[in-house]
Amino acid sequence: MSTSSTRRNVVSGIIIIFVSIFVVRLFTIQIADNSYQMSANNNSRRYMTDYAARGVVFDRNGKLLVYNQPAYDLMVIPNQTAAFDTAELASLIKVKESFLKDALKKARSYSRFKPSVVVKEIGDTTFVSFNEQLYKFPGFFTQMRTLRKYPNRIASHILGYIGEVDDRVIKDNTYYAQGDYIGISGIERSYEEQLRGRKGVRIFLVDVHNRIQGGYQDGKYDTLAVSGKNITTTLDAELQAYGEYLLQKKTGAIVAIEPSTGEILALVSAPTYDPNLLVGRVRSPNYRILVNDKNKPLFNRALMAQYPPGSTFKLVNALIGLQEKVITPGSVFTCAGGYHMGSLKVGCHHNGSIDFLYSIQGSCNAYYCNVYQRTLDDKKYKSVAEAYLNWRKYVTSFGLGVKLNTDLAHELEGLVPTNAYFDRYYGKNRWKSLMLISMSIGQGELGVTPVQMANMVATIANRGYYFIPHIVKNIEGQDKIDPRFMEKHFTNIDTSYFELVIEGMARVVTGGTATNARVPDIEICGKTGTAQNPHGEDHSIFVAFAPRHNPKIAIAVYVENAGFGSTWASPVASLMIEKYLKGSISRPDLEKYIADKEILIVKK
Amino acid sequence: MERRVNLIARLDFTTIVLYLALVLLGWLNIYAAVYNDEHQSIFDFTQRYGKQMIWIVAAVFIAITIIFVDSKAFSAFAYIIYGVAIVALIFVMGFAREIQGARSWFEIGGFRIQPAEFAKFATALALSKFLSGYNVHLSNNRTFAYALAIIFIPALLVVLQNDTGSALVFLAFMLVMYREGMHGIWLFLGFWFVALFVVSLLVQLWAVMLVISLLSIGLFAIYSRKWNWIAGSVAIALIFWGIIQLVLVYFYQINKPLLALVLAFFLSGVVYLYWIYRFKIAYAMLILIFQMSSIVFVYAVDYAFFNILEQHQQTRINVLLGIEEDAMGAGYNIRQSLIAIGSGGVYGKGFLQGTQTKYNFVPEQSTDFIFCTVGEEWGFLGSITVLGLFLFLILRIIYLAENQKSAFSRIFGYSVAAIIFFHLTINIGMTIGLAPVIGIPLPFFSYGGSSLWAFTILLFIFIRLDASRWELL
Ligand SMILES: [Zn+2]
Repeated sequence: MSTSSTRRNVVSGIIIIFVSIFVVRLFTIQIADNSYQMSANNNSRRYMTDYAARGVVFDRNGKLLVYNQPAYDLMVIPNQTAAFDTAELASLIKVKESFLKDALKKARSYSRFKPSVVVKEIGDTTFVSFNEQLYKFPGFFTQMRTLRKYPNRIASHILGYIGEVDDRVIKDNTYYAQGDYIGISGIERSYEEQLRGRKGVRIFLVDVHNRIQGGYQDGKYDTLAVSGKNITTTLDAELQAYGEYLLQKKTGAIVAIEPSTGEILALVSAPTYDPNLLVGRVRSPNYRILVNDKNKPLFNRALMAQYPPGSTFKLVNALIGLQEKVITPGSVFTCAGGYHMGSLKVGCHHNGSIDFLYSIQGSCNAYYCNVYQRTLDDKKYKSVAEAYLNWRKYVTSFGLGVKLNTDLAHELEGLVPTNAYFDRYYGKNRWKSLMLISMSIGQGELGVTPVQMANMVATIANRGYYFIPHIVKNIEGQDKIDPRFMEKHFTNIDTSYFELVIEGMARVVTGGTATNARVPDIEICGKTGTAQNPHGEDHSIFVAFAPRHNPKIAIAVYVENAGFGSTWASPVASLMIEKYLKGSISRPDLEKYIADKEILIVKK
Repeated sequence: MERRVNLIARLDFTTIVLYLALVLLGWLNIYAAVYNDEHQSIFDFTQRYGKQMIWIVAAVFIAITIIFVDSKAFSAFAYIIYGVAIVALIFVMGFAREIQGARSWFEIGGFRIQPAEFAKFATALALSKFLSGYNVHLSNNRTFAYALAIIFIPALLVVLQNDTGSALVFLAFMLVMYREGMHGIWLFLGFWFVALFVVSLLVQLWAVMLVISLLSIGLFAIYSRKWNWIAGSVAIALIFWGIIQLVLVYFYQINKPLLALVLAFFLSGVVYLYWIYRFKIAYAMLILIFQMSSIVFVYAVDYAFFNILEQHQQTRINVLLGIEEDAMGAGYNIRQSLIAIGSGGVYGKGFLQGTQTKYNFVPEQSTDFIFCTVGEEWGFLGSITVLGLFLFLILRIIYLAENQKSAFSRIFGYSVAAIIFFHLTINIGMTIGLAPVIGIPLPFFSYGGSSLWAFTILLFIFIRLDASRWELL
């Protein structure tokens, strides 16, 4: 039996030992080990991306083409959720319960402690009603995003669309993070850097229920988002809408350019689609539908379809012939129902002598076979190959067969074959002018995109030079657009020859192959064309500019599978010109006839 | 009148100052724990610190009332108070509303009163009364049994209310029993088996058994100092292990070396028994009994836990021990609590500057986890200051208790010290990850009227008794 003082000491000793153990433990976790300090920081700080509002887009007259509408991503931090009713949450945010469950599973497997997106882009109205119930779901919070909205439902190909960045972009560009949006096509892509602005980061202190309790250090470490720049395009929204209306039941393209600046007034690719279809959550299902559409609405024909230029190319050959002096303004050739050379026959519909102006007005094939043959067999040059090289230089000076370097994404260069191409095809020095003769009338190996075609006619309208066609007129906060759009690109052809060709083009409309393009009080200069289509009906082509003096608009129209240029393409061009120059249409019957006629590859 | 002046002069002001210091520090930390920008007034009674202020004022009135009670009354009414507490405990089971799975609160006009809190001082009174009786000695087995009954009847009733945490507090009386003559081996075995109970659920069975056996061999070594005996006994155990393992694999196709190890310990025990009989080594016998009973106990706890208890009971014990799987459950609480305290550093983040506690990362931060706020906002220095105040208070009570002429006062003093100590150990131990998460409050600190009043009553009865320390009660 121990004495009572011993027992007292034992009891006191036990108490002191326990307290000492606690002191040692406190020393360990509070002073010796600083990992808790770090955990505390992660615990209570939340880094929130402050997404920058994307710049909005206007037409040349200040009409809104694209703006932003708020949408909300539902985020979750899995380890902070409590038990909740998935069915209730699913119905609140209007998704299927199975979808929600999958998303939550994915979030959990990504990280239990970091936020991840559960449901993307919840619309404004759904969000408002859901937000009131959000408190029932600890661990969930929303993050505001912006979706694009297109009030006029036009110009989808030009404006393009945005979507989330993929892993490849994230790897290459440190700016982007998972979940960021990036321009995928159109202006959204080519002006991505200006439109996106700069996102910021805000650091919040949050409690265990993820309720924000305030900014971290009064926002000292926050970076503010900088809104994207607003962009004014060169488009005329009304003209664009009108073009889309005219081609609503057709396949084809219209490109209209202001010759004096190179500004693109309208760029229609038909069939088109409502740009709002490729926004937010509906984007992927709609995208699938559009991709599988046989009429290829996603394909931007204005930039990417390469058609033979057909008879419109005679304008270029005429100018080159005059400049190379293989013909003179007074040259006359005989057309006997076409061009005959040995076994070769290029058909035509004249019978008799054709002078220069009439060769354009009446689009004589025989005349241009002669011009082209003379150009390539010109004795100035040692060989056909050298002559062709020279000819090709002229052609490319019109912006044909080369990339124009516009500010539109996915632009193609078209095809004007190089010498190497024919060397490969016929063998070196084995090719003759007659083998290439179909290029005289714009057929054969030539491929020209509608925008190149419009640029060609703008060059003629300018009597010998062009500005690179472009879509952006002004970027907020920038006094000038890219200097490359301010620079004149000259052809090597004298201005006087252009006047001659333009006279021929004027006659095309007044008394030639496209009298149906005539508009009272407007002097339109144009040229019809028909692109041979081995897969079906020929494509109808028309290029034009107006007015003849001091031109305001140059236009190229392709209507696929529509036959002669004069049947469909020339009335479309004429209506467009009238719309643009006069603001109203004096021929409603024609307009209705054109718009209602259905010419699609695959009927809907 | 003179008597009253004398009474006040004889109060131990050191204890009272310590009490006031702890209560006010507690209030400051509750304020910090629930502080937010919307409610800054300290007298905002919609907030917990406002309510705690009311509890504190009421507690002071209770304390003053107790001071003016005749010191003989506590002894005289000890059994009656104890009886009332028992009835209240039974009553609460039938009539109280269930709150957080436990049926342990009375609700009277918006106030919630927890009889279990008051059962502690009632038990302390009854135990003091019983043990201070004439010619009562704990060495007497019947007396010992009665004393245990006084302690564990209310404890059992509290267990039945599903408030196991509060029931465990009654174990604190074992310290008092030890002081009053209970054999030290019971205290040791008490600590030992509580430790075994916790450890057997936390750690793999074979590891616990291995440690027990190594400990036994160590004890044997200390007593015998005969290395050949030790080597021999280890060799026997290993040989048995090998044989059993081979037998299991070849005849029963069971490859469980750990099961074999457990069996080996038992079978080698039989050999040791023969050995002990042959060489007449009595201490070895005791060590063997200690080893075997420990192994049986660990196995029984494990078996009972996984085979007898229902799933929800297992979960409850898991929560109690802080091994619940759920990240939002007890394991989460400990992690968050450690982060809060650990991030305090040496000097802490400063008053109202804590991010972990203020933003509700720490659960129950104004009640059971109030020490997190101390640790986070006042750092290591603040934490050891609070620990120091408690240590000072407990040792002061023990010092005063030893100076009592009356055994009743002494035993009651030890009860007060032991209960405060038990609460302190479990509560702070749980916040720093050294004790299972048992929801019991930190005395004087934690938010809540019941707890504050019960501790005030407990402490001030002793202060009152101490003021009459020269009287024989
Ligand atoms: Zn002809």
